Amino acid sequence: MNDVINIAYLVTAATFILALKLMNGPKTARQGNLLAAGGMCLALVATFFLNEKGHNVMLDEQGGFKSLNLILLIIAFVVGSFIGTFSARKVPMTAMPQMVALFNGLGGGAVALVALLEFRGFSMTGESDFVKLSTSVLSLVIGSISFSGSMIAFAKLQELMTGRPIVYPGQKLVNGLIFTAALVLIVMLIATTHSFTLYLGLFALALIMGVTFVLPIGGADMPVVISLLNSFTGCAAGLAGFVLGNTSLLIGGGLVGASGFILTVQMCKAMNRSLGNVIFGAFGAVDQTALASGAGQQGTVRSYSVEDAAIIFASASSVVIVPGYGMAVAQAQHVVKELANKLQEKGIDVKYAVHPVAGRMPGHMNVLLAEADVPYEQLYELEDINPMMPETDVALVIGANDVVNPAARYDKASPIYGMPILDVDKCRTVIVSKRSMNPGFAGIENELFFLPNTIMVFGNAKNTIASLSSAVESI
Amino acid sequence: MTLIAVVTIFILAVFVGLEVIAKVPQTLHTPLMSATNAIHGVILVGGVIVLATASEPVGYTVGFLAALFGVLNVVGGFVVTDRMLEMFKRKPKKEESK
Repeated sequence: MNDVINIAYLVTAATFILALKLMNGPKTARQGNLLAAGGMCLALVATFFLNEKGHNVMLDEQGGFKSLNLILLIIAFVVGSFIGTFSARKVPMTAMPQMVALFNGLGGGAVALVALLEFRGFSMTGESDFVKLSTSVLSLVIGSISFSGSMIAFAKLQELMTGRPIVYPGQKLVNGLIFTAALVLIVMLIATTHSFTLYLGLFALALIMGVTFVLPIGGADMPVVISLLNSFTGCAAGLAGFVLGNTSLLIGGGLVGASGFILTVQMCKAMNRSLGNVIFGAFGAVDQTALASGAGQQGTVRSYSVEDAAIIFASASSVVIVPGYGMAVAQAQHVVKELANKLQEKGIDVKYAVHPVAGRMPGHMNVLLAEADVPYEQLYELEDINPMMPETDVALVIGANDVVNPAARYDKASPIYGMPILDVDKCRTVIVSKRSMNPGFAGIENELFFLPNTIMVFGNAKNTIASLSSAVESI
Repeated sequence: MTLIAVVTIFILAVFVGLEVIAKVPQTLHTPLMSATNAIHGVILVGGVIVLATASEPVGYTVGFLAALFGVLNVVGGFVVTDRMLEMFKRKPKKEESK
């Protein structure tokens, strides 16, 4: 029987790999996701037929059903499916990042709990297999860090707590001590004592590590953190596969561990920063040097009414729309599409410039614009749109800030120095829709707002764009 | 399974993961992160095994939580991803059908 199950697991693994491959293109991505879901179902069904210690895992030695175990399993599946589907369907698109963080954290928690029970069994039977012990210890640690870290990331993005980095004197020392203590416990648990009490101590310590790991990281960097923790959960699940000798876990976990890491590195690259800088840089703590360097050379801000701003479009033949987090918060994507339609009716060429890290996750803007039915062909990535900027009449910046800050190109003192930005300042006119002059997530001033070719329109993005849209109609 | 077989499987899975992902366009990164998030929900297989083999209160409780978390990870993960990707597909569909 186990041979059949292992073949089922192999099929599952193949669907996971194929799914990731199908996710290469927007046309096949959805099939890919459904395929992976199907593979997952297969693995789960197969697991119910698994043989453990010579009899079916759902039956006891006498061949009778383990009714309590089965009832609990059914409750877990029914309740979990219901809550999972409900929350995933109801969550607004802007809250996607924290939703991913939450589900990722629960996955990490599941890994930790599986490892906990396995190790408890080992400590009772006096298991001495080095691989089983070490992988169960490591999957506990990594899974727990992923769990508590994801919960903090969730809280930061959901604004249950401040999104700014939380730093205090001696933080690195404290973190170092916690890390050392965890290391000592890990070595003790694997090498000498197999005490379950110590294991629980390590569990607690790992949970604290997850919290202290994410606290000093600012809200702007949460996507990178979630992606990294996603990779952690994958690794931990793969390690749990070592403990259980289960190929579906080994392959699924290994795949996600690797892919999550690649994705994390790509996100850091898009910001031109190293992973180390993201994790240890406390980026976005109200930065004195940046404020000093950016604040020095401010001119006057030109604030226009919506009607005056609309006039500018009358003489424009090309418009580049730059969406940012402000558009996401205001749920302005539909009115943006409306405005774009009206501009196009007037014969104006409309393109969308999507910065890799606009919003709170790479692709965040794409998801929102897709929700508003913006054709995929109108979306341009940074490298493709920047050469077109000098020939563009109007750049309409909607709630984006750091990704259009020219300081990133030349100001070595700026924390975002070196990050590729959208060169909207090279357009003939820049219209910025923004709630206020508050700095963006990176906590720094933006000189773009003070340039002579920049016009600010203050207010909620949705209201601004909606009235801009009706004003454009009458020009 | 022998240790070497297990290690081989894991290492090869890691390499496949590295290869397959490097080619995904930036626009699909959020859905991709979400999909990989759902895939590591395969830990639910582990959750099912530990809950099925539990035989006393601690085992039942912890096993139940592990399975519940796993179900949430899998179901929530796939549904969220599908919702995101549905939006990417809506436009071309409309043009074809209407």
